Amino acid sequence: MNITLTTHDDYAVVAVEGRLTATGAPRLRQSVDDAVAAGRARVVIDMGAVEFIDSSGIGALIGGLKSTRLADGDLRIAAVPETVRRVLKLTNLDRVLREYPNAEAAFDVR
Amino acid sequence: MTARHLVIRILALLSVILGANYVIWRWLASVNWEAWWIAVPLVIAETYSLIDTFFFALTMWRARDRPAPRSAPEGTADVFITTYNEPVEMVMATARAAVRIRYPHRTWILDDGARADMARAAEKAGIGYITRTEDWVGKPRHAKAGNLNNALLQTDGEFLLILDADQVPHPDILDKTLGYFADDPDVALVQTPQWFVNVDDADPLGSQAPLFYGPIQQGKDGWNAAFFCGSNAVLRRDALMQLGIVGYVRSLEDSLSAALRAASRMLQRATADRSVPPELQRELSGLQEVVSTARSEIATGAPIGDVTYRVQTAVHEASRRLVDRDIAAMNADLEAIGELPLQRDAQLDALVVDDGGLDALAVRELSPLGAVAAIDGLLAALRVDRPDEAQPLQPLATISVTEDMATAMQLHALGWRSVYHHETLAEGLAPEDLRTMLTQRLRWAQGTLQVLLRDNPLTKKGLDAGQRLMYFATMWSYLSGFAAVVYIAAPVIYLLFGVLPVTAWTVDFFVRFLPYFLVNQILFVVVAKGLRTWRGQQYSLALFPVWIAACVSAFRDVVLGESLNFVVTKKDGRASGGPPWRQIWPQLTAIALLAVAAVVGLIRVALGTADGTGTLVNTVWVVYDLAVLSVIIQAARYRGFRPETAALDERQDA
Repeated sequence: MNITLTTHDDYAVVAVEGRLTATGAPRLRQSVDDAVAAGRARVVIDMGAVEFIDSSGIGALIGGLKSTRLADGDLRIAAVPETVRRVLKLTNLDRVLREYPNAEAAFDVR
Repeated sequence: MTARHLVIRILALLSVILGANYVIWRWLASVNWEAWWIAVPLVIAETYSLIDTFFFALTMWRARDRPAPRSAPEGTADVFITTYNEPVEMVMATARAAVRIRYPHRTWILDDGARADMARAAEKAGIGYITRTEDWVGKPRHAKAGNLNNALLQTDGEFLLILDADQVPHPDILDKTLGYFADDPDVALVQTPQWFVNVDDADPLGSQAPLFYGPIQQGKDGWNAAFFCGSNAVLRRDALMQLGIVGYVRSLEDSLSAALRAASRMLQRATADRSVPPELQRELSGLQEVVSTARSEIATGAPIGDVTYRVQTAVHEASRRLVDRDIAAMNADLEAIGELPLQRDAQLDALVVDDGGLDALAVRELSPLGAVAAIDGLLAALRVDRPDEAQPLQPLATISVTEDMATAMQLHALGWRSVYHHETLAEGLAPEDLRTMLTQRLRWAQGTLQVLLRDNPLTKKGLDAGQRLMYFATMWSYLSGFAAVVYIAAPVIYLLFGVLPVTAWTVDFFVRFLPYFLVNQILFVVVAKGLRTWRGQQYSLALFPVWIAACVSAFRDVVLGESLNFVVTKKDGRASGGPPWRQIWPQLTAIALLAVAAVVGLIRVALGTADGTGTLVNTVWVVYDLAVLSVIIQAARYRGFRPETAALDERQDA
């Protein structure tokens, strides 16, 4: 799994590529924390290149949501592939993490 | 023991002793090391031939006429006629003859081509018609073995007579053969000869195999190793089904042990991986213990079902624990978010991951265990329904394109016995052109070598020493292509360049070589007892490119994993096209080289630049090679079989 963190003016994009599983989850958490530490509490996870997600991967998303909210920010997900969407639906988490078509759009709306 | 058999045994013993005497002397005292590049290949080729002689002698040691069965024929019988693309009329001629077999039986046409006109013809004649079931769609078809395996599960006769589409049976074929099964409940196979009607005395394609369907099969029979040759044989259903079950269980054991071994290795690696979170690591090392227990249980013969169930349960439980942890963490996070004074989000109120979601996550695809690829492969391998095959039971061996030999060997390994009944009870059609014949021989050779590489008889459990050697002998004979190249090259090199592979053609050479050679030839003549065996001798050398090609392709198939194509031998006359000159260029080149070498050798003697004895020996050698190779030209020009009456009609018409 590859993770790239890009910071913009008032938000950060964490792009995840490959399988988001137990072995990658801690690194995702770390990236979100890094973004928050850099003063970007508004974080978009770009899921466009995620091939697969397991419960640890979802846990990492929720963990990220918590740490951004604690810093008065928010975590949003963008470009969600079908495989990931199915898992989110299965666990009702699609009601917590709303998806956006792409990373740029995630914080445009408000 | 008859006097003739005694003579054969004495000659067999002598030829091995004299051969060993010659070849040992060759190695120790007469290799011309200065010309090692031809001297060493030659002495290796000679050693190869000596081993071949040994196998022949061993086979003949027990060749005998078997007494007819004592018991009357009994049991129910099915007659299977296997076809793929042979003309409907040919299949029907065989089928009608099969219906006329006197012993009560049912006749079935096994049409692997699933042709509508074949089905109609069978129905019209009231003959059973079987094609592959739905189960075979998208699965490996295993050619003729698959065709027979498919039919085995749709019929119920205790004994199965197997006939190729062209093999027209005599009415007494079952009466003559079923008694052996009643005599001995351990007999699984009775093979009868294959004999071809569309071959005249000259037999330019060497189709009749009188030595094989005669002394060789009789000799193998003496060692309880008579082969199944794919047609004109009766098999005991019980034995085949046992083979299928044993094969099924073994394949499960094999795939399970392989999967457990691989899983254990990967789990070990994953546990050592520092990037894996500690809780996952704990579960993985727990699983590793489960897997290693399972491995030792399988090794000590514990029931596969129990072991796989325990592993599956352990994996599932580990999975569940990990998911529970993740979910608990998520719920805690969500709760914490809910308590945040600001940014309260209405969406979050309703949220708790329910049990349904939990169960869904605990399936292995979504659990953190999925991060470890080994677990996936492990669980797939634990399936006991053999999802990769059309039917879990494959009684006839599918490891080779010549299913017959592989099947017989597996039957022998399980302790079943075989019988060779030396009497023609079916008459078939041989290929009528060189192209088709070459393809057929290539397939036989490939199949035999596949069995050697996949299921080596020398190390196969369950065979006795004699059986091991009898199977290996046949495989060994297919390696002759390499020796043939050396036997052609050595005299050519001597005559053209004067390079001696042997230190000298002296008295020492002749007193060792000639007795070996002569006794060997006499043994052959006595064994053959008037049979036409010269064609067979010619082809064993003249088809050297085929044998070499078979070695190469079997190696590529088994060792490198490139698959072979199964080719159905054409039985209805000639393939289209003229003589296949392109396919026999190695033989033609060899003939040209030999001829040129003979002429050059004679010129060199005339000029006084060559040794007289050496040239004489090598010229005789060249003449022998040419006599052997000439058969290929005769075969290439062969226009197919013409019965005398047909030829006469044509003449009258003209």
